[in-house]
This record gives sequence, C-alpha cells and structure tokens, in this order.
Amino acid sequence: MQRKPELAGGHASPSAHDSALVSIRGLKTYYSIRGSFAQRLIGREAGHVKAVDDVSLDLGRGEVLGLVGESGSGKTTLGRTLLGLVPATEGSVVFDGREIVGLRDRDLRELRRKMQVVFQDPHASLNPAMTIEQSVGHPLEIHKIGTSDERRRRVAETLDTVGLSPPEQFMVKYPSDLSGGQKQRAVIARAIILNPVLLVADEPVSMLDMSVRAKILELMLELKREFDLTYLYITHDLATAKFFCDRIAIMYLGRIVEIGPSRAIYENPRHPYTKALLRAIPEPDPRRKVPRDLPRGEVPDAARPPLGCSFHPRCGQAFEVCGWETRDLRDLLEQRWAHQVEEQYEAERALFDDISVLDSSAVHARLRTGRGIPGAALAGLLGSIRDENPSEPFWTGVEQVATETDAVDIRWREPLSPRATGVGDVQVECHLYDDAALEEAARRREEGSPHTTVGGTGTPTRQGAPEGSA
Amino acid sequence: MTAAPVVSVRGLRVYYGTLRGTVRAVDGVSLDIGAGEVLGLVGESGCGKSTLGRGILGLLPDGAASKGDVIYGGRNLVGMSEKDLRRLRGPDLGLIFQEPMTRLDPLMRIEDQFQETLEQHEPGLSAREVRKRSLETLGRMGIPPTRFRQYPHEFSGGMRQRIMIALALVLRPKLLIADEPTTSLDVIVEAQILRILADLRRNFDTALLLITHNLGIVAEACDRVAVMYAGKIVEEGLAGDVFAEPAHPYTRELLRSTISLDTKELHSIPGAPPNLITPPPGCRFHPRCPDAMAVCPTKEPVEQHLAHERRVFCWLRGPEQAIPAGGTSPLEREEIAVAEEA
Repeated sequence: MQRKPELAGGHASPSAHDSALVSIRGLKTYYSIRGSFAQRLIGREAGHVKAVDDVSLDLGRGEVLGLVGESGSGKTTLGRTLLGLVPATEGSVVFDGREIVGLRDRDLRELRRKMQVVFQDPHASLNPAMTIEQSVGHPLEIHKIGTSDERRRRVAETLDTVGLSPPEQFMVKYPSDLSGGQKQRAVIARAIILNPVLLVADEPVSMLDMSVRAKILELMLELKREFDLTYLYITHDLATAKFFCDRIAIMYLGRIVEIGPSRAIYENPRHPYTKALLRAIPEPDPRRKVPRDLPRGEVPDAARPPLGCSFHPRCGQAFEVCGWETRDLRDLLEQRWAHQVEEQYEAERALFDDISVLDSSAVHARLRTGRGIPGAALAGLLGSIRDENPSEPFWTGVEQVATETDAVDIRWREPLSPRATGVGDVQVECHLYDDAALEEAARRREEGSPHTTVGGTGTPTRQGAPEGSA
Repeated sequence: MTAAPVVSVRGLRVYYGTLRGTVRAVDGVSLDIGAGEVLGLVGESGCGKSTLGRGILGLLPDGAASKGDVIYGGRNLVGMSEKDLRRLRGPDLGLIFQEPMTRLDPLMRIEDQFQETLEQHEPGLSAREVRKRSLETLGRMGIPPTRFRQYPHEFSGGMRQRIMIALALVLRPKLLIADEPTTSLDVIVEAQILRILADLRRNFDTALLLITHNLGIVAEACDRVAVMYAGKIVEEGLAGDVFAEPAHPYTRELLRSTISLDTKELHSIPGAPPNLITPPPGCRFHPRCPDAMAVCPTKEPVEQHLAHERRVFCWLRGPEQAIPAGGTSPLEREEIAVAEEA
C-alpha cells in the first residue's frame, strides 16, 4: 500500500507543498454571457458567470482529492481549467512544475499525456463507430506512439489491467455491445494507456447501477496503487467520496467553502452547506426519515450570485453580515404567498405596487404601495411577517425600515464577503468562524435602530468547537 | 393494508418483440397499492421496473403486449380500449417522469399548462375554479402565485419537477406513478422533492408507486417496498422490515452494494442482470446468488409469506416439501468473470 503524502491540513499555503503535483492559486474562470444581438452590435456583453471564483488548492502526489458540489457549483469547470480544456481568466495552475495557464495548444497537448480525464457518461465518451481496440488505442495513435503491432499489444495489456479480459474478446466489440460498467472500464483503459500521473474523474460512477459502482471505484483504487496515480475526483455524491478520497473540497457557486482531510469533513463538518449536504444524502436505513431541516431553494444563478456569502439565502445560521438584500425579501414574500389561500395572497399582494424592484440585487429598496394604500399598511404587513417568525435570519440583515406616505424604504446592512479561516485542520469560508465578522455583527446589532429590534435570534458565537465535539 | 387497494395487479406480463427475440420485461407481477400509501419499486437498470410502471397505466412500447389483470375501480385496465384508458389517465391515473423539461411545453406559460390540463379533464370548471385549484396545488409544492404566468425555462430544475408533480396532482389522481422523479436532481433538491412526495399521503390520499434505483430513497420515503429482478418481484414487505432483515439474497446484496455514509467496505454483486429474452431457468438470480442451492436452477421459486404481509420468492425460505431430495446442497458452478459484469 502506497503512503499518502503528509498534508498539513487543507491549507493551500504556498510553502507547505513543494511536493504538490498540482498547485492552483487564485484561479478564476469566467464565462461571458452573450447578450442580445443589439448589445453585441455595440460591443457590450451581458455580463459573466464566475464559474470558478478565486480558488487556491494543492493536489499532492498520490493523493485523492474529492471536489464535491451540486450542479452549478463550478466543480466541472475547475477540473476542465486544470486540464487546460477551458482557458483560465486569471490565476495560476502549476502542474508538475509547469504553468498551464496561458500555454499554447501544442504544448498543452504534450502535457495532456500526463493528465487524463474520465467523464460521467461512458456511453457518450466512446465513439460508437469505433471498436474498443480503436477507441482505447486512439491516444497512442494521436501521440504517434509505437508501431501498430506494439499499439495492439499495449491495448490488450491495458484492457487486461482494467478487467476486460480476455482482451481479444473485447477488442473487436463496439460500445453498443458492452454494459455500462464495461464501457466505463474501457474509458478508464483509454485514460491510463499513456501512463498519466493525474487522472481527473468527473462523476465516473454516477450513471452506473449501485451494484457496479463499487467495482469501478475498486478498480480506480487498484490503478492508483499500481501506477502511482493522483486523482481529482469530481462528484456530487459525498457517500462515494467518503470512501474514495483523502481530502475533500466542498464547492459552492465557484468557491471552495470548506476543504480538509476526509475524516474531519465527515466527522465534524463546519460549513452549514457541508452539513446540509451530508444531511440530505438518502440512507438505506429504515429508522431514518426524510430530513425536514433542509436548506430552502436551490443553487442560485451564478450569473447573479447573492451578495456577501453566496450560501446565505439558504442558510439557517446566517446573520447580520452575511449579505441580506432585496432578492431575499422577494423570496421571503413569495414563500409566504405560496402557502396562502388565493384571497389572502391577493389582499397582501395588493399592498405592493411593483415587487420587481426587488429583483435587482441591492441593499436598499423603495417599495411603493399599491394605489391608495398608505405606506403604514405595507410597513404593518412587514412587521407582522417578522412577528410571526422572529427567528427568521433574514430580519437580522434589515437595518432600517422607514415608512413614507405611499412607500416603505428598506435598508439592509452592508454585506461582508466571507474569508477563508483555519479551524482545526480544515479551512472554511464562513462568517461563523471569523472573529472579525462576528464582532462586526455584534457591533451592528448594538447600533440597530428601534425598527429592527429582532426577537428570538440568538447571538452567534464563534463556531470553532474543539475537534470531535460535533 | 385494511381498506381495499386502489389498484390490484395480478399476474401482469408485458412482453415486447425485438429483432433478437421476445423480451419478457414484466413476467408475472402481482402487487397492491392502497390509498395514501407509498410503495417503492427498486431494482437495477433493465429489471423491468419502468416497464411495469407504464404497464400498469396501459402505456406500452410499440410492439408490446400485456396479459394479466390490473384492477382499478372494479375494472380491468388490461385489454381496455385506448379511448377508455385515455379518459382515466389524468383524473384517475397520473405519471411523473424523470426529466421534467421534456414534459413541460416550453412555449406555454405555467398558467396555460394548468388551464389546458384542467379544461381537458374537467370541462365543467369555471375559470375562477381553474385558477384556484392550480394555485393551491402549486402552492403546496412551494411554487408562489407570483410566478404563475412564467414560462418553464424561467424555473430551476427542482422547481420544474415540482411543477410537473403539481400538474399531475391538480387532477387529484387516485394512483400516481413516479418514475425516478429525482434522479436528475441535486441531493438537497432531491430530498426536498422526496419530502413533498412523502407528504402526499397526508394531503392527497393518493396511492403512489415510486420507482427508483436508490434504496436510500425507498427507506426514507416509502411505506412498503417491492424488489424487482429480471422481470419479477422477488420480495415485498414493509420498508422497515425488508431493510432491517432482507429475506431474499438479492435484496441483501443490493443493500450491501449501496454506498452510503455508513459504508465500511465496498461490495458489489458479481455478474450482471440477465437479458430478458432468454432468462436463466428456475430462480433468475441463481447465477449471481451467493446462497444458490441445487434446486434453484431447476424450479421457479414459489411465493412464501412471512410476518407483516411480507412475501418472498426464494427457495431458502421454502416450502421444504416442494424441494426435491438433495435440492438444498450448495449449487456448484463456474466462477463469474469480471467481464460478465453490468
């Protein structure tokens, strides 16, 4: 059994990892959104999606790092940027001592012999018109390695290695003749045939039946030992990652919100998002029922991320500084209305003029009332919503509610962006662990105007609980 | 189950012709689902679980034929005319698919999709009632009235799936079949949808057949579970009982190979599910079964009843008098090669 490199926690400190195979620093990958035809004519873009937003991490030699997140978290883009398949917008990726960002295609192609990728869908990864021999041997052909006899022999050996034996039987087959698990073995054979050092595996077992997943994971672990491979395992599935990975990085909306050794992440998750992900995994345990305390909503649009901490709209523990804003009020109102009978909804809705003023992301909004409705009526509604559920974290972010004749003017507290903070041997990006953010929140609470006195919300204290006390 | 079941399936067979021969996708399945009950149907891909779900509703692939009984409201859906079936689908029988975007009309506002559905099936409703019913059902799924006039593309994946469920529920069907309704969703959204489905029994009294390959989902959202293998139900019972103590080796192996947070070591089932054109003789699981006995390839197992209305088809559970002499000795066979796997 090969020994893992000793990793000083999850920190991406530049000095700690001379042995790192991959070193990522301040990496940003933005996709620009193409606006309307008219906008493009005048050379304006509609904005950009920060798919990867300032990520730093190291991948040690022989390490298995799990990159875990929901769809839209940017995990696949991070993997692709690392492979040079997607150009980085900013930052650096050093692979085996060489900077990848900005490298020409020709140089990249040479490097790609050393880094290979396995995608989620084995059906789409193999050309249906090529035999397994042709597909698996294709990288050898592209890189002009060996004679056709030598290639054939190499393909046979590799198929044997991944368990597709006797190889002669599989070489003549087409992908359509193979089961899902067999196809994924062929895809893995193609990925290792050039003797890479790094394998990026993007959801390699997600599309396979439960009864086969274990076999493919076992194969990947065997290959790692045999060929000294380093893995970046990209997945949404914390259960397989637990089994497979030395370290885990949790991604949310382009950022790594928590990173650390697997054991720490599973035994003592710190970030509220990590906790939620773990809680949501369906367990085949009859004593367990569907959890009720799930984060609301879904991963927001990465083109218009929430202010402050991206997770705050779904976070049950968010407080003053987390980035409360206009869109959160709209969500709050809509969730309330979804559960009301029509008449009640119509009556409450009539107090507002146009609620789409809440759609632009801001910490200030002037909500006009409906025709002939005094501002006090609207302020009254907001007050009673708050009184019905004073522990709703949203209200901690409201700084001031001013009542005017025909409008209500709302101001939220300035958002703080969370910073990476070391807690035990993990690094977490959450205000709950940041003393400065907690102090700032306490200060704002004391300054709070009488309009925003909030009952029921406890004062957050630093969550740096000692190891094992979760 | 005390009250009469909403649907009673007896000896249902769904066969369809292919160039290679006749595929026996569903081969003699019997099950009941009661009002307000959630029955989970689990199995590997290709075991016939989706075909069974559609077969119950009379939705058959081209070139398929079905036999047996699906008794709903005193009538047999098998052999019913397409016209009569179509009248039942919607107000009585509902179906929720895996991929919501392919089922919602992208050019129609949500409001119009609900209006069309309700007007088609309940022509007597006034416009006011249509709106009220739609908003109420959407609200239960957490879709606010402010978004009633939006188009499907303006919603997130989880919201679309909730709209799909609402679109099925707005007709108040007595039987709802959900085929992998959460497979394309993220884990938190999946849990949100499962919670909604699990709450259905309280709010709507619908009989729900939840088809999934994920045993964790069954454990958390279902009252009972039926395990399917190669076109047949091999075990059925209360979800808690079946998961705590599986009676069929296939159920046990499937549970062991599920990777969860509690998994201590990886496990997989050797071999692959058989093709359903020429399935193995006797018990169809015998080539992969670690407990197979001499009798298993020779005779098809018979239904055995255990406590709590649990039933299982496995010779390990008897009946002993039906097993020929020497039939309980371990089955001798060749090693299954990795290459045979799924």
